[in-house]
Amino acid sequence: MKFDPKHNHAESQWKAGYIPRKKATQKDYNRIGFMSGLEVHQQLLTKEKLFCHCPAGIFNGHDDYDAELIRHMRPTLSELGEYDGTALMEFKTRKEIYYRLKNQSACTYEVDDTPPFPMNREALGIAIEISLLSKLNVVGEVHITRKQYLDGSIPTGFQRTAIIGVEGELELPHKKIRLIQLSIEEDSCREISDVGHKRVYKTDRLGMPLIETVTYPDCVNPVEVKETCDYIRFLNRSTGKVRTGMGAGRQDVNVSCRGGSRVEIKGVAHTKWIPELTHNEAFRQWSLLLMRDMLKQRIKSSSKWKVSHVELDKSMLKGVELPGHAEKLIAVNLPNFEGALSWFTQPGKMFANELSERLKVIACIERPNMLHSEEFEPTIAESQWNEIRELLNAGENDAQIIITGPADDITTALEAVEERCRMALEGIPNETRKSFEDGTTIFERVLPGADRMYPDTDSAPIPLEDEYIQSLGKNMPEDIIERYRKLKEWNVPEDTYTYIFSKDHFPLIEKIINELEVDPVFVGTFFGHALKHAKGQYTGADELYGSKIYKLFAYLKKEKLDYRLAKSILPELVEHPKMDFESILIEMKFKRTKTKFILEKLPLLIEKFNKEKKVGSDSNRVNWVMGQVKKLAIGNMDLKELSEKI
Amino acid sequence: MTEDIFQGYKGDALEVLKKYKVRVWGTTKVDTTRGTFEGTVLPRAENDDDKHIVVKIITGYNIGIDVRNITKMKETGYKKANYKIPEKEFPMTPGLPKVKLFGTGGTIASRLDYRTGAVIPAFSPGELYGAVPELADICNLETEKVFAVFSENMGPKQYVSLAKAIGKEIENGVEGIVVGHGTDTLHHTGAALTFMCQNLPVPVVLVGSQRSSDRPSSDAALNLMHAMRAAGHSDIAEVMVCMFGPTSDEYGLLHKGTRVRKMHSSYRSTFRTIGDTPLARVNRNEIRLIKGDYNKRRSDKNVKILPYFSNDVTMLYYYPGMKPDVLDALVDAGYKGVIFVGTGLGHVNKELYPAIERAHEKGVHMYMTLQTIWGYVHMFVYDTGRDMMAKGIIPAGNMLPEVAWVKLSWILGQTDDPKKVKEMMLTPVNDEITLREPYNGYLVYQGGVPDVDDFVRRVYK
Repeated sequence: MKFDPKHNHAESQWKAGYIPRKKATQKDYNRIGFMSGLEVHQQLLTKEKLFCHCPAGIFNGHDDYDAELIRHMRPTLSELGEYDGTALMEFKTRKEIYYRLKNQSACTYEVDDTPPFPMNREALGIAIEISLLSKLNVVGEVHITRKQYLDGSIPTGFQRTAIIGVEGELELPHKKIRLIQLSIEEDSCREISDVGHKRVYKTDRLGMPLIETVTYPDCVNPVEVKETCDYIRFLNRSTGKVRTGMGAGRQDVNVSCRGGSRVEIKGVAHTKWIPELTHNEAFRQWSLLLMRDMLKQRIKSSSKWKVSHVELDKSMLKGVELPGHAEKLIAVNLPNFEGALSWFTQPGKMFANELSERLKVIACIERPNMLHSEEFEPTIAESQWNEIRELLNAGENDAQIIITGPADDITTALEAVEERCRMALEGIPNETRKSFEDGTTIFERVLPGADRMYPDTDSAPIPLEDEYIQSLGKNMPEDIIERYRKLKEWNVPEDTYTYIFSKDHFPLIEKIINELEVDPVFVGTFFGHALKHAKGQYTGADELYGSKIYKLFAYLKKEKLDYRLAKSILPELVEHPKMDFESILIEMKFKRTKTKFILEKLPLLIEKFNKEKKVGSDSNRVNWVMGQVKKLAIGNMDLKELSEKI
Repeated sequence: MTEDIFQGYKGDALEVLKKYKVRVWGTTKVDTTRGTFEGTVLPRAENDDDKHIVVKIITGYNIGIDVRNITKMKETGYKKANYKIPEKEFPMTPGLPKVKLFGTGGTIASRLDYRTGAVIPAFSPGELYGAVPELADICNLETEKVFAVFSENMGPKQYVSLAKAIGKEIENGVEGIVVGHGTDTLHHTGAALTFMCQNLPVPVVLVGSQRSSDRPSSDAALNLMHAMRAAGHSDIAEVMVCMFGPTSDEYGLLHKGTRVRKMHSSYRSTFRTIGDTPLARVNRNEIRLIKGDYNKRRSDKNVKILPYFSNDVTMLYYYPGMKPDVLDALVDAGYKGVIFVGTGLGHVNKELYPAIERAHEKGVHMYMTLQTIWGYVHMFVYDTGRDMMAKGIIPAGNMLPEVAWVKLSWILGQTDDPKKVKEMMLTPVNDEITLREPYNGYLVYQGGVPDVDDFVRRVYK
């Protein structure tokens, strides 16, 4: 029977029991042993960078730079005398790294031409405060460590980082999540492009202070991961000392399934993407484990498993459209791999994609970089494949790929393919993967281990005295879980919490409720619904600050106006935060009217309704009359009371 | 020797380790008033305080634990690190030049030193090949550790033994010599070897690195490749310094040992040829000449080794208001040679005159060099200059201050006849004084000037 890749793909997906996330239950996650933890990065709000005196938070466009320089990265030994796996992989890639720097935001420290200055104390203080909030054990002495990154994202080739606390705990509404550690570190460069052997970065963000909170893999389903992440971010923001906005908070999500391996999904910018990503990753691993079992039945020893290859003459693929960089065509035979290439991995993806992704990252061959014998829509006719199989001496259960790339990259490419296939016989490789909005991921790097740590010989350890830590602990905000409970108690609807916590509005809400005696549900929804909506519509340049909102409620109270008027004022206030309230009221054509005067109007209106709209029921009458006086009444009296009077 | 099981710990910290019987490299669980910590105890740097114990936790990070907070501690295992650069035998390729690498220390190859917490040099051909395998494509390498000192500890004794070692190697028929060296005093050694090893038939290349080789972005590997290429393949039989041209991993420059100077404390491109252009540019594959005029490689072995050095020469960096007692003190201390580093065209204030006269009477050899670094001493332009010459200070042309110090020391190691000394000082061995300064011998661009910024953005990497 002829092998059918589409059928094979569908069948492998069915075997893995893959179902869309929306349909999945805890039972499904228990079945595959879903396990996940987080590394949450948060930029700190400081004036300067962590190890130099450059201003933090000044960004420039890709082509707006003053100088450019080139570096290559070379693996070095860790403190314990080991080479790190990622390091070796990155070295194989032979990348030329370009850095674009702007004088305003980068000095000679960023490009590693000056040793570090002492660590920014403001940043250290914030990191300790957040460690205390996270119930971590704060270290006695901060040791700055170099963490190797050979992808070039840091010109030194390592990130200076230091542990502030270990073994903490975060309380969520329904469970507790344990924390492994919190570190303070310098942020990395932003990538501009990565094509072939040339990768370009800019250095504006480089060196900005950042904390990383690492959890244990305590989350047992995708929603829980998102919830945990949100809570960590809320906690960070509750200090008011962290940066907000695009890129100020990023997370790496670690996922595995039972029998799988820790895979790190890097740089997830929005927490709302987490559920889909973790769901798919757990199932990718689960499916690949089933593929391994399938292959293991045919292949006894993974260490003896080998690819073979021949170079194809371009004339053999006549009529096939090949990419421009396809200097060489190398046909590779994968013994006993039939059915693996089209094996389901993620929605819309198969194992062959994993090979192609490694060819891009490790061998630097841009995609498209390969053809294979299990494509859904074959690029090459079966007869051509048969010719190739003959050249390769291929057996019946073998699969084939054709690598199309520059001559110089073929050796690395062959190694990369063989390596990945061998790994498929073992299990799931430890990787970092890059995420996409649709919930899928691609290979980014081999996951680095503890072997890439090295003490920073340029920095002295920083002792943390008890007194100093106690002084930092004095002005800490309360726990997020406490705030959560208060909002619940006040009956504030739960769909407002995320916005309130993520914008750190809770302290203000509490102040308005306590000091100005405004109804908590109104205040909660004012922030969580009305403000969120108004800001979504907002087009102007000025920021509406919380302090102004407090003044608004104070003003209404002082003027003896109904606090509900705030919702009518809000859209105008968001657009023009500098306008005074009186002017906004004039703009709105608001008239101050006594309750008595409004109520006096009612009998006449009711009479008018009865006369003109004879068919009206009681509720119709109330609605109609309300419609007539509402505009006048808002701000002058409670509308509920008005409705009752009608 | 018994191994120090509490490596680097002292005072309170040592007492705590002893009390709980926990060794360095022991895995441990520590209970403290700030919570529990687990990890491997690491050695402590000698100069750090005695209040903390360093522990590597499971995630690979190091932390310090305040011993005053420790309530309990227990050794649960032992795991000593074995720090070793993978060693591989350096392959010999027929047809490639035979190059000798002399190790003197410095960061060209180094590793962590727990005693000081800083890096210490590590060096062997196998280690080097393990770290920089590309070297095998450039030359057939032999190495010899002459001594292991930091750059700042390089001195007369080392110059002499290095010069002798170079002589011996040339005798053995080596085709190029590379000297691995700390960068701080690379240019001092460059000058010393130029004077001590004359009529060289092969290149002698001094090389170092500005970023230790324990860093992924270190310039060590590339500098080494450049130096090996220059030593094995170039036609320039002189003492040269080979270091980064720009800060980028682009190319190295070959500087004459007598005209080179370290000009920035930490930049990779710190070495510059002063008052002239460098000899050549070098990258992994080729050497491109900049200066046409140099001593060519020969097949003979007729090197002249002149390993002399006097320790009686000092330098005097002048500042406004300097009192004569400074010079008097130097003379009284027995110094026989003084290199003045004067202001402007080569000046010191009149207040020093009596002291200068006194020194001259005592037979002290005095030469004038410049704080401006660039340019020639011109003592005829102002009266002050003429006065000083009359009092026995001899202008040293455009000789760099450090080079003048090395040269006078080298000369006084051979003779103290003032006439002979003067003649030798002012007769260049290899361009330590040049007759002319080319227009592009002085280029210090001023950042912020739009044209310069534009050049930097477009060209200079």
